[in-house]
Amino acid sequence: MIRVDEKGFYGKFGGAYIPEMLHPNIEELRDNYEAIVASEDFQKEFQMLLKDFVGRPTPLYFASRLSVKYGAKIYLKREDLCHTGAHKVNNTIGQIILAKKLGKKRIIAETGAGQHGVATATVCALMGMDCTVYMGELDIQRQRPNVERMKILGAKVVPATSGSKTLKDATNEAMRQWINNPVDTHYIIGSVVGPHPYPEMVARFQSVISEEIKWQLKEKEGKENPDAVIACVGGGSNAAGSFYHYYNTPEVRLIAAEAAGLGVSSGKSAATTALGTPGILHGSKTLLMQTEDGQVVEPHSISAGLDYPGIGPVHAHLFDIGRGEFVAVEDEDAMKAGIELSRLEGIIPAIETAHALHALNMIEFRKDDVIVINLSGRGDKDLDTYIKWGNY
Amino acid sequence: MNRIHSLFKNKQERVLSIYFTAGFPNLEDTLPIMEAIQEGGADIIEIGVPYSDPIADGPTIQDSNQIALENGMSLKKLFQQLEGFRSKIELPVVLMGYLNPIIQYGMEAFCKKCQEVGIDGLILPDLPMQQYLDEFKSVFEQYGLVNTFLISPQTSEKRILEIDQNTDGFIYMVSSHSITGAKSGISEEQISYFKRVQEMGLKNPRLIGFGISDAETFSTASKYSHGAIIGSAFIKTVKDSKNLNQDIQAYLQSVLN
Repeated sequence: MIRVDEKGFYGKFGGAYIPEMLHPNIEELRDNYEAIVASEDFQKEFQMLLKDFVGRPTPLYFASRLSVKYGAKIYLKREDLCHTGAHKVNNTIGQIILAKKLGKKRIIAETGAGQHGVATATVCALMGMDCTVYMGELDIQRQRPNVERMKILGAKVVPATSGSKTLKDATNEAMRQWINNPVDTHYIIGSVVGPHPYPEMVARFQSVISEEIKWQLKEKEGKENPDAVIACVGGGSNAAGSFYHYYNTPEVRLIAAEAAGLGVSSGKSAATTALGTPGILHGSKTLLMQTEDGQVVEPHSISAGLDYPGIGPVHAHLFDIGRGEFVAVEDEDAMKAGIELSRLEGIIPAIETAHALHALNMIEFRKDDVIVINLSGRGDKDLDTYIKWGNY
Repeated sequence: MNRIHSLFKNKQERVLSIYFTAGFPNLEDTLPIMEAIQEGGADIIEIGVPYSDPIADGPTIQDSNQIALENGMSLKKLFQQLEGFRSKIELPVVLMGYLNPIIQYGMEAFCKKCQEVGIDGLILPDLPMQQYLDEFKSVFEQYGLVNTFLISPQTSEKRILEIDQNTDGFIYMVSSHSITGAKSGISEEQISYFKRVQEMGLKNPRLIGFGISDAETFSTASKYSHGAIIGSAFIKTVKDSKNLNQDIQAYLQSVLN
C-alpha cells in the first residue's frame, strides 16, 4: 500500500524536519487540515470553485495524430485548460479555503515557473487576502509574463537572490518569511514537497486529476485504468495528482519524466532520481542532488518549474520501491516534443509538460496501449524560451 | 563532567555565547577566532557548520555560510582543524548546524568525532524533538554530547516543559518571531515572553538568542535568563576585520562592559 503513515513518511521518505520556530504552524496544520478538508462546508466551496472558477472537469482528450505517430492510444488530460493555465490552481484553491478556515490573514508562496505564483495570486485576489510570492531572481527574468500577471492580480513578488536564484532559493526564502510571520500567515506550498503534512495535503488537492481520469476513461474506453500514466516531475505535484488514484493499482504503469537539463552527467541537470541520494531538503527526507558533504547541488533545467534539486517524498518512495518508472529528458528533446505537440495537436504545451511528452520516445509500450499524459500546463508563459530556442 | 554542565554550575548569569561560521571570513580562521573569543571573556563558543540552504538564518549568516563553502569548508575539514584544539581552548564548545551535512557524514561517526576532538554539545535547528528522541538521543548520550533545543514565543507551555525534560544542557530561547539577525532592540512583548518562561521554573538554564547584538540587548536578555547568544552581530564584526584578534576583543568588551 502506498500511503503516508501517521508520522508523515512514505516508506523511508518524508517527515517534518523543521526548525522549532515552525513547529506550532506545522502542528496547527497537521492537527486540523484533515477534519477541515473532510467537512461538508469545505467540500461544498472547494467543489463549487473547482467547477465554476477553475473550469473542471478538464477534458480527457484523445490525441489522434499523436496516437498514430507513436502507435498507442494516447489521451491528454487537459490541465492546461484550467483557469490560470496549469494544474497548480487545484491546490491553491484547496489551501486558500483551508487558510481562511484557520483564520489566517496573509498568504506567502514560492514559485519556480511562476505558475504556482499566479495560481496563488489568483486565489488571494478571489478571497481578498494579502499575497507575497517569493521567486528566484533568475526565474523572474525568464518568466516575465507570469511576474506581471501576479502583479496585476495584486500580489507582491519578492526576488530570492541567494544560491542559484531559482525555485530552491525561493522556497528557502518563503520558509524564512514564515518563521518571521508565524501567527497570521499561511504558506501555500505549490508542490508535494516540504514538511508533513504538505506533501500529502497537496497531493490530495491535486488528486482530482486522477479521479477525473478514471471516470472519463471509463466513458471513452470502457475501463478506468490506462496502461500507463505519464507526467513530468520537478517537485512532483502534477505527477502526484495524476498518479494518486493509481498508486495501488499495479497494472497501471506510473511514468515520471524528470529534467535532465543538458544531460544527466553534464553537471547541468535536475534529474533527481538519477543523481540524488537520500537527504533532507525543505523539511522532508527525500532524494536530492547533493555533494558528498551534504551541500545541495544547484540544478539546471530549461524549464523553471522542473529546476529543483529534490523531489517530493512520495516520488522518492515510488522510485525506491520500483513502483514508478523514471526517465530523464534533456532540454533539447523537451523543446522538440513541445513543437511536435503544437504541430500534431494544435496545443503549445508548457516546457515542463513537454518533458512528459518526450517520454513517449523513451519507454516501451505495446501497440494500442492506452496511455494518459498529464498535460499539466500551457506554453503561453514559455514563449520567450521557445523563441530563444528558435528551432521551429 | 561535560563543560556545559560545569559552566552553568559555576555561573548563572550573564553567560555569553558567541556564534561564528567555520571557514569565514577565511578558511583557516577557525582556531584564531576561538582563541580570541576565549580571551575576550565569552563563556561558550558556538561553531556554525556552513550549509547551502540555511532556512532559519537571515542574510548575514547566509552570506557567511556561502563564503565559507566557497572557501572550501566542510565537516571533514572542520574536524581536521579541531584536532588538538583542547590544548588551547577551555570553554565549552558547541557545534551548530543543519541536519543534512551531518546525516551525510553519518550521525554516529559525527558524534564519535565530536567526542574525540572535544566538542561538548550540539544545536541542530532542523532536528525536531520527536526525531531526536526516536533516532538519535542514545547516540548523543553515548558520546557525551549535550543537545540543545530551541523554543520561540509561539512554543506552547506544554511543549516547553517537554523540551525541558528532554535536554540537560541549556534551552535556546529564540527572542522573537524571526530568523537570525532580523530584528534589533527588545520590545515589551518580547520581555513579557522572557518573563513568562522565566516563571516556569525550568530545570535547564536558558540563553536568549536572535537579535542580541550589543551591551544593551545582552544586559536586557540577561535580566530574564542566564545569558545570551550573539551570532549575526559577531559575524559582522569579523567580516571586514583586518585584525581578527583585536577586533574580536574590542567587540566582546563592548558587549560585556
